[in-house]
Amino acid sequence: MFVAWRDLKAAKGRFALITAVVTLITVLVTFLGGLTGGLVEQNISALTSLDADRIVFSVTDGEPSTYADSAVTEDQASTWARRDGVTAVEPLGISTTRITAGGRQQTVALFGGGPAAGDAATRSGHVALTARTAAALDVQPGDRVHLGDRDLVVDATRGDSWYSHLAVAHVSLGDWQHLAARPGEPAPFASVLAVSARDADYAAADAAAGTSSQGLLTSLTALGSFTSEVGSLLLMVLMLFGISALVVGAFFAVWSIQRRPDVAVLKALGATDRMLTFDALGQAAALLVLGVGAGIAVTAGLGALAGTALPFVLSSVTTLLPGLVMTVLGLAGAGVATRSITHVDPLTALGSNR
Amino acid sequence: MIDLQDVTLTFPDGTSRITAVDHASLHVGAGETVGIIGPSGSGKSSLLAVASTLIAPDSGTVTIDGVVATDLDLAGRAELRRTRVGLVFQQSNLLSSLTAVEQLTVTNELTTDRRRRSARAAARRRALQLLDEVGLAADADKRPAQLSGGQRQRVNVARALMSRPAVLVVDEPTSALDQERGAQIIDLLLRLTAEHGTATILVTHEPRFLPRLTTAHSMVDGRLSEQSDRPGAPGS
Ligand SMILES: Nc1ncnc2c1ncn2[C@@H]1O[C@H](COP(=O)(O)OP(=O)(O)O)[C@@H](O)[C@H]1O
Ligand SMILES: [Mg+2]
Repeated sequence: MFVAWRDLKAAKGRFALITAVVTLITVLVTFLGGLTGGLVEQNISALTSLDADRIVFSVTDGEPSTYADSAVTEDQASTWARRDGVTAVEPLGISTTRITAGGRQQTVALFGGGPAAGDAATRSGHVALTARTAAALDVQPGDRVHLGDRDLVVDATRGDSWYSHLAVAHVSLGDWQHLAARPGEPAPFASVLAVSARDADYAAADAAAGTSSQGLLTSLTALGSFTSEVGSLLLMVLMLFGISALVVGAFFAVWSIQRRPDVAVLKALGATDRMLTFDALGQAAALLVLGVGAGIAVTAGLGALAGTALPFVLSSVTTLLPGLVMTVLGLAGAGVATRSITHVDPLTALGSNR
Repeated sequence: MIDLQDVTLTFPDGTSRITAVDHASLHVGAGETVGIIGPSGSGKSSLLAVASTLIAPDSGTVTIDGVVATDLDLAGRAELRRTRVGLVFQQSNLLSSLTAVEQLTVTNELTTDRRRRSARAAARRRALQLLDEVGLAADADKRPAQLSGGQRQRVNVARALMSRPAVLVVDEPTSALDQERGAQIIDLLLRLTAEHGTATILVTHEPRFLPRLTTAHSMVDGRLSEQSDRPGAPGS
């Protein structure tokens, strides 16, 4: 790092500029990562926290249903419950509804029954709200809220739980069946089944019940907006990663070309390729660590500010991981660029008359 | 000392090859300065490239301080260059971001070998002493841009002596200097060669320096011949 450090000091402006670019890209990547994380969480956190091995959907016209249009029957639930290896079958109703209290109202995702309902909402006539919903409605546990044609007692408030960008309210399965019924149609039994099982033959169970089941994580693709939303945001993040590798790589490519005369002199003096590569990569690493570190710091600051206004997740997955990927990609770009160093001919240092 | 035996070097030139050095032999003992003069393109720099192990000849042998350089691989030659050869280039090829004293101490940082790099303080002491020897004691912390052409060439000479070389290879050191400063550099090289006991090969385009050297050779079309009369003819 003998020459590298002195180069950094001698060309401060140039290195400050490229460090700033790295910082900017890091901010973009980590901020977008935080937003993606926040959006994803607001879409699926109520599902990912379900304690289930398998989610069972109804089948319409041979096509498996999505979370939004699935409707399983009681027969299907008991068929699943009789299968070998199946330890629990929890019917889960999912719908969208409005809750009113006083003059206020909130649209929520209404979950009926299911493994995540907990004690509170398994009691008929009670509803569990998220703290945020309770605050928006200005209600406390014990207060009454209005859902459809029912008055329910607020049983407890709990932390965030989201489904499809709506806060989740939990009621008993019976209450849900009543509330989700459309006028003139028979009351639905449940939307999906949350199944716990050990060594069960899911394909056979699906065939017997006429259903389509998926693992918890793969079931998320049956959530309308999830794939497109996450897909486009991740694509943006990936493109930014590509850009950062290119920008850093291009910078070091130009920098290596400018350094060729110096490298030729060093080689003529007997410098090893190892030392020259170490020097060049060390320089890139210093710059990347500085730029990425500053970028993460900025995102952390912005995230703290945006925390309540935007869905934003500030975690090691949305900051350190992208930062690490940026550093590695940047180093790879710089590595490709500085590879040319080993091809510099020390002969040019003699200053021949060519 | 350095010994070149029947050295030939060719370069690719379009579809054929050009012979830059043609069966050249040369011997320089410790403390001697041997001059080489010849027209542009006659192969002087190529001969120095071979002598300093920068390039391996097509045939012939180069022996430096008892080590047969032509038997070594690329890494072995780099090692030999680091430890036994001092180079002074035609242009004052200093590293732009380093101060004068760092131009010298950088020679101690050319490997990732820790044993070699441990002696930083000693390297700095030697560097300062060499800068003093070339008359730049007061300019140790200046960057190349702050030095004059003559001063830069002195730093080059001092750097070449850092590794206590057995061989000093100097390529047209005065080509970018005026008459007086050029003469001063030659004085300096002759003095340092005697003091440090190096075997010095000096390529020059100025015949006026030849009478002061131990011996002189002329080079034409890659062939080296003894310069018996060493004329002080003007022009080059
Ligand atoms: N790296 C090289 N590749 C191809 N040809 C070269 C190279 N170096 C020198 N030559 C050729 O070899 C001949 C001798 O060049 P050089 O040793 O630089 O001469 P001098 O130093 O006497 O001016 C010239 O014809 C030159 O074009
Ligand atoms: Mg030349």
